[in-house]
Amino acid sequence: MTVRIIPRLEIKGPNLVKGIRFEGLRVLGRPEAFARAYYAAGADELIYVDAVASLYGRNSLLDMVSRPARDLYVPLTVASGLLTLDDIRDVLRAGADKVALNTAVVKDPELIRQASRKFGSSTIVVSIEAIRHPDGRYEAYTDFGRESTGVDAFEWADRAVDLGAGELLVTAIDRDGTGAGFDLDLTGRIARAAPVPVIAGGGGGSVDQVAAVVAEGAADAVSLATMLHYHLALTLPLDGDAFGDEGNIEFLRRGGGATRRFAPTDLAALKADLMSRGLDLRPAAEAAGAA
Amino acid sequence: MARAAIVEYGLGNLFSVQQACEHVGLDAAITDDPAALAAADVVVLPGVGAFADAMAALGERDLVAALQDLAAAGKPLVGICLGLQLLMGESHEFGTHAGLGLVPGTVERLPGDKGLKVPQVGWRPVHPPAGRSWDDGPLAGVAPGTHLYFVHSYYVRPEDPSVVLAQSDFGGQDFCAALWRGNLFACQFHPERSAEPGLRIYRTIAAMLDQGALHE
Repeated sequence: MTVRIIPRLEIKGPNLVKGIRFEGLRVLGRPEAFARAYYAAGADELIYVDAVASLYGRNSLLDMVSRPARDLYVPLTVASGLLTLDDIRDVLRAGADKVALNTAVVKDPELIRQASRKFGSSTIVVSIEAIRHPDGRYEAYTDFGRESTGVDAFEWADRAVDLGAGELLVTAIDRDGTGAGFDLDLTGRIARAAPVPVIAGGGGGSVDQVAAVVAEGAADAVSLATMLHYHLALTLPLDGDAFGDEGNIEFLRRGGGATRRFAPTDLAALKADLMSRGLDLRPAAEAAGAA
Repeated sequence: MARAAIVEYGLGNLFSVQQACEHVGLDAAITDDPAALAAADVVVLPGVGAFADAMAALGERDLVAALQDLAAAGKPLVGICLGLQLLMGESHEFGTHAGLGLVPGTVERLPGDKGLKVPQVGWRPVHPPAGRSWDDGPLAGVAPGTHLYFVHSYYVRPEDPSVVLAQSDFGGQDFCAALWRGNLFACQFHPERSAEPGLRIYRTIAAMLDQGALHE
């Protein structure tokens, strides 16, 4: 199977944001413009995360889903604090292809079984967001990294699959937004044991790290945010619609300290680089119809 | 403008199918009304989920005989993913279940051994079977080897290999990725989620409808 490269767009209100370890969210620009650029550059799927959904309810959620779905013809996964079967149905009806569930299914694991029966297991992604403790344990967190659960990430992965999860999205919270590289232990242990595909997220800052999480972390797909977002923030035209009024990208164009751990990378170039290392990917040029 | 009727039976993401239809200039309505299906120029049968549930849902809406009659009368019918599998005679998903029986053959589970993951989720290259050309038909303009997007745990085995228009492979074993026989075109991949090559397929279907090339 080809490895999927999946840009992850965290959304707060009308804005694309990105933080570090799920905190300190900085506005980068307009999610639609970034999503369009990723589609053209060969994104294999897109993940939309409503960064405030669990906190404040589902503001303009359906609108957020239907806008990117309207003219981007690759699969869209939405993670947005979905709580019930009705919530899931509404998001799928609005245009999402899959939903990623965390907080609700940790509280009520049976929801995985019910949702996968009702909507098909391939529609149900269970999102496991974990923090590594000093003793080596990995604990699953909910509510965008704010709530500890006492649940062991590996046991939870097994259970989620047994209950019907079609895919697992595994994010290392303590790596998120740092560019320090993926947690290969977390990803690898889950991906090697799981009979379903695993999407690795959290920490990707360079092509080498992406290659490592595929080779050593056994990832079936890789979700990337900062390293791709920074590239677009540095290259999209300032006078277009990419940044809106609130896009705070001056720090990037000045080469600020927060950027040093990342190699801002063009998505199409990233895919070409990975293919040159022998990995099996869908060539970026095919997105436009060329083969 | 050709009219597409997208079959609503409670399963699957119809929105993306409708968007793709409209993108290529089809007038696309989502409906479970047999009369609306009969009035359309093409019936699109999408679907995600379990085979037996889907057949039951079609039955509850009196759509099984309606679809069989329309197909037999030569109405262009496009099946996508589960919609392809439903065309077959029977499925072996959780027991044996009768399908629409429009294409003789069976639906089988992908072999999830050898470390292969099921469902198969992602982009796979598709090719014409040996000796088959895509120069005319729904895949015209798609370059052999193009990657298209699959999400499935089952695949179809038509009895008549000549209906297979495209194949892909799972762990080295070829399977039918698309079939075409007269007014029936159906694919295991999701063209509405396969970027521009997928839209190309929708565009070709729209052109074939205009030319009467998908009618029997």
